[in-house]
Amino acid sequence: MAARSFWEYANPARFTAVADRALPFLWAAAAGLLAIGLSWGLLFTPDDYRQGAAAKIMYVHVPSAMMAINCWLMMVAASLIWLVRRHHVSALLARAAAPVGAVMTVVAMVTGAIWGQPIWGTWWAWDPRLTSFLILLLFYFGYIALCAAVEDDAAAADLSAILCLVGSAFALLSRYAVNFWSQGLHQGASLSLDREEHVADVFYFPLLVCLAGFVALFLALALTRTRTEIRVRRIRTLLGADAPR
Amino acid sequence: MIADLGKYAAEVLSAYAATAVLLGGIVAASVWRSAQVRRRLEEAERRASDAG
Repeated sequence: MAARSFWEYANPARFTAVADRALPFLWAAAAGLLAIGLSWGLLFTPDDYRQGAAAKIMYVHVPSAMMAINCWLMMVAASLIWLVRRHHVSALLARAAAPVGAVMTVVAMVTGAIWGQPIWGTWWAWDPRLTSFLILLLFYFGYIALCAAVEDDAAAADLSAILCLVGSAFALLSRYAVNFWSQGLHQGASLSLDREEHVADVFYFPLLVCLAGFVALFLALALTRTRTEIRVRRIRTLLGADAPR
Repeated sequence: MIADLGKYAAEVLSAYAATAVLLGGIVAASVWRSAQVRRRLEEAERRASDAG
């Protein structure tokens, strides 16, 4: 029964109706959680004993890096659904989420560089995690370019789904690179289910709020952009070849 | 306790500003395109109903 209700969202009209109802709440949640989390982290947390106030960059760097990886993994799940069940909404969801993931990756890399300069003494190093993030960004750009370059919608969805599956290796590598290789400048995980491993509670709770804000923002953007892609398809159906892409 | 960002103020504030610009950019672009496509769809549906 639960599985049947999940597949109902593969219907574009049903998906659009649900998105219409959910989006005001998601935008409000994103704005509220980000306002609370970022001001809590920036203004009301103490300096780190080693990194000083530079550690406050964590509240934008860690959530954006997590969303960069998780967005790609979501695209992989949507691509698999497209390849196996041929649901157009899943292909449109992956296509719509890609620019959001690319921006999250750029945010993670830019804030990481700004954080790295005073702490490591360099903006960039060919460290395993940084390098795998750069490759992930190139996969995002390749995915977006491929979607734009192929005119036939089904062929574009097929090719981009394959690219997405290949890129999943780098998304996972970006997440676990610090565990595979002990060398490199990048520190270990800031968030973990293992309480021994993650940052101290005074930093951890505002970080969780920021993370929830980034998740809400990602969902709001992904749903808005997917709804737009569905409408573009509908316009093309109504107007035929005269419709703009 | 309100933080004094000390010698890292420029780095912290520029990281937050860069994040705001990048995320604000994709939010604005997504919302603007959504509104534009919605208007086009309404027009296309009106044209289709007039023709049919």
